[in-house]
Amino acid sequence: MSRNGITRRQVLRNGAGVFAAGALGAPMVHAQGTGGTIRCGFWDHWVPVGNNAIRELCAEWGTRNRVNVQVDFITSVGNQNLLTIAAQAQSRSGHDILSFPTWEPASKAEMLEPVDDVMGRLTQKYGPVNAAAEYLGKIGGKWVAIPAVSGTQFKPACVRFDLMEQHAGIDIRAMWPAANQRGPGAENWTWDTLLAAAEKCHAAGVPFGIPMGSFSDAVDTVGCVFAAYGASVMDARGNVTVQGNAKLRQAVEYMVRLSRFLPNDVWAWDDGANNRALISGRSALIFNPPSAWAVAKRDAPQVAEKCWTVPPPSGPEGRFTPYLPYFWGIWSFSRVKPAAKALLEFMSERTSAEKMTTTSNGYDIPPFVSMNDFAVWANEGPPTGTIFNYPIKPHHNATASVAFAPAPAEYAVQAYQQGLNTKTIARISQAGETVDQALGWLERELNTIRRGG
Amino acid sequence: MAADGSLAMSGTAGVSAGRANSLQRFARRRSTIAFVMTLPLLVVIVGLVAYPAAFGIYLSMLNRRMTAFAGTLNFELLFESETFWMVAFQSCFFAITAVLLKASIGFWLAHMLHHIPNNRQRKWRGMLLVPWVIPPALSTLGWWWMFDPSYSSINWLLSIISVPEVPWLGHHWWARIAIIMVNVWIGAPFFMIMYLAALKSVPEQLYEAAAIDGATSWQRLRYVTLPMMANIISITVLFSLIVTFANYDIVRVLTNGGPRDLTHVFASYAFQVGILSGNIPRGAAVSLFMFPILAICAFFVLRSVTRRNKEQM
Repeated sequence: MSRNGITRRQVLRNGAGVFAAGALGAPMVHAQGTGGTIRCGFWDHWVPVGNNAIRELCAEWGTRNRVNVQVDFITSVGNQNLLTIAAQAQSRSGHDILSFPTWEPASKAEMLEPVDDVMGRLTQKYGPVNAAAEYLGKIGGKWVAIPAVSGTQFKPACVRFDLMEQHAGIDIRAMWPAANQRGPGAENWTWDTLLAAAEKCHAAGVPFGIPMGSFSDAVDTVGCVFAAYGASVMDARGNVTVQGNAKLRQAVEYMVRLSRFLPNDVWAWDDGANNRALISGRSALIFNPPSAWAVAKRDAPQVAEKCWTVPPPSGPEGRFTPYLPYFWGIWSFSRVKPAAKALLEFMSERTSAEKMTTTSNGYDIPPFVSMNDFAVWANEGPPTGTIFNYPIKPHHNATASVAFAPAPAEYAVQAYQQGLNTKTIARISQAGETVDQALGWLERELNTIRRGG
Repeated sequence: MAADGSLAMSGTAGVSAGRANSLQRFARRRSTIAFVMTLPLLVVIVGLVAYPAAFGIYLSMLNRRMTAFAGTLNFELLFESETFWMVAFQSCFFAITAVLLKASIGFWLAHMLHHIPNNRQRKWRGMLLVPWVIPPALSTLGWWWMFDPSYSSINWLLSIISVPEVPWLGHHWWARIAIIMVNVWIGAPFFMIMYLAALKSVPEQLYEAAAIDGATSWQRLRYVTLPMMANIISITVLFSLIVTFANYDIVRVLTNGGPRDLTHVFASYAFQVGILSGNIPRGAAVSLFMFPILAICAFFVLRSVTRRNKEQM
């Protein structure tokens, strides 16, 4: 080869150069387009067809933007979603977009990509999100995750209107008709009215199914009663406000009275027990999203057609509806942040939100107050309009409530997961402690949480 | 073996060994070979035991956000918490009661089986092992349905004979009993099979000699069977104590620690504090409390086993 003036070494060197130049200059080719791949881990919906809308929306956006969108659905059964979040946060690898349950955005705030730009555009378009979503998703003045549609729920009262009328003399459908207006007597729908009705229904053998354990339905319901009485146990700066708190004492005493008219075993109820109490026809009222009614529609239609969802009663400080949102967050270690933001913005659009809510039979609640008028809530039945009052409507004059707000999220989540509010009631009603003893215990537990940071 | 500890070679191999350099001599040493052969085990122990344990200790010394070293703060806070001491009491109560019951029932079942002729023993062994073979999460779910606060099938059966409803999961003492019952139901077959194997290994001549001496059945049990089974009983109890102490699924499925945290054990409480409440360092601190308690138990049990072995030698 050297006879031609070209050495083997030169050939190899030039060949390597050509190969490197070709590799560097080659276009980035992906399976579907040139926009790369977004890996999403969304919450696996309770409603069997609930995932379809997300799947379709991701496919639609992916095709339009030539991006490959991989979608996984992660169940919350057995806290698989929490374990996934913890593992990905620890390893700093995994999905780009993940569904974060209520308290997780605050917990992982430092590892999430701020989404103020997306939220700015969305609020400009659709108005404000509800205050509870802002409390949970806006940490240190920055939106760290976008309040999601899929999985987000309210927990208003689901009432057996026939039993309520028969035993307590309350025509709940007349009070809260399937229309954007209050009916006669709606102003009397207070926690005191509910207490009187609870006593009558208890005597009639159809007690209200309000759980008092440490699962979320119990903590949320007691949380909304506390909020209605203006009873907070910790202020926004993290100061424990138990001692000398007259409103808290009033709320606790109310819950103790109410618990006397609940089934004996509510202290052991999980999140499914209240649903079963309603579906089996043994309870006249529960606080739950429409999933209990939806199951009754399938398994006990004679019960479902007598259910009517209404806002929770009001207290001295107003009406508060328990709210349990999901969030969509983007990990800071994601390499496709702009595309992930664009996808989430598309999924938060009104048309996308309505598609998700409709597919889930009205279960999913959009975060924007202006979207609480989707047709699905008026059309679902039987009876038609049964979940009309499921989302907060202007005439409800209600506020979305998260138990233990306005405490800083890092403290509130610990109090929430340990069910400190329901345990306070249980210590009095079940263990026979005095109100002072129970509140003393609550104060000590909150101080321990606060000291631990 | 050569004076330097390397393996002896013969013939031409011995000649070549003489020329071997120091690296080859090092590779041929018995200690080196032993080390190399135990290396896979060491890797497993370091990777799956030492590293997680060290990482757990490291985690427990961080602040909640895991951004700064917090020293012993998490442990101090736990010591001050009423709930934690309640959990410590429940863990010990649950583990000790459940293990004693499992050991007693397993011992009794093993004796019953031992006296059944061999050809009929197999089907009984199979049936009695079923609770141990079913995945605990699944069988616990079945028990949960039976204890269900509102629709308990056990209560329904009790109502037939006019026994009032039992709040299986709603009252803390009943809930504790329910958890122990399920654990015993799952774990007793393990004791049974271990004790049955031990019983079969007791020489028949010892019983014959005891019979000639006029020993009663109680004396045969006390002076022949129990001493011969002592090591198996100790090791089985220790093993079961460790597993029962770290039990998580039964509490999680049946009561989730309720009512009022009165059925939480270390593992379920650590999960609640660490994963659900987003305080992984505190959760790690809770779970680390199992270690000293179990280490003390293991020390005394293994020491008694060693002593017995020495006495028998």
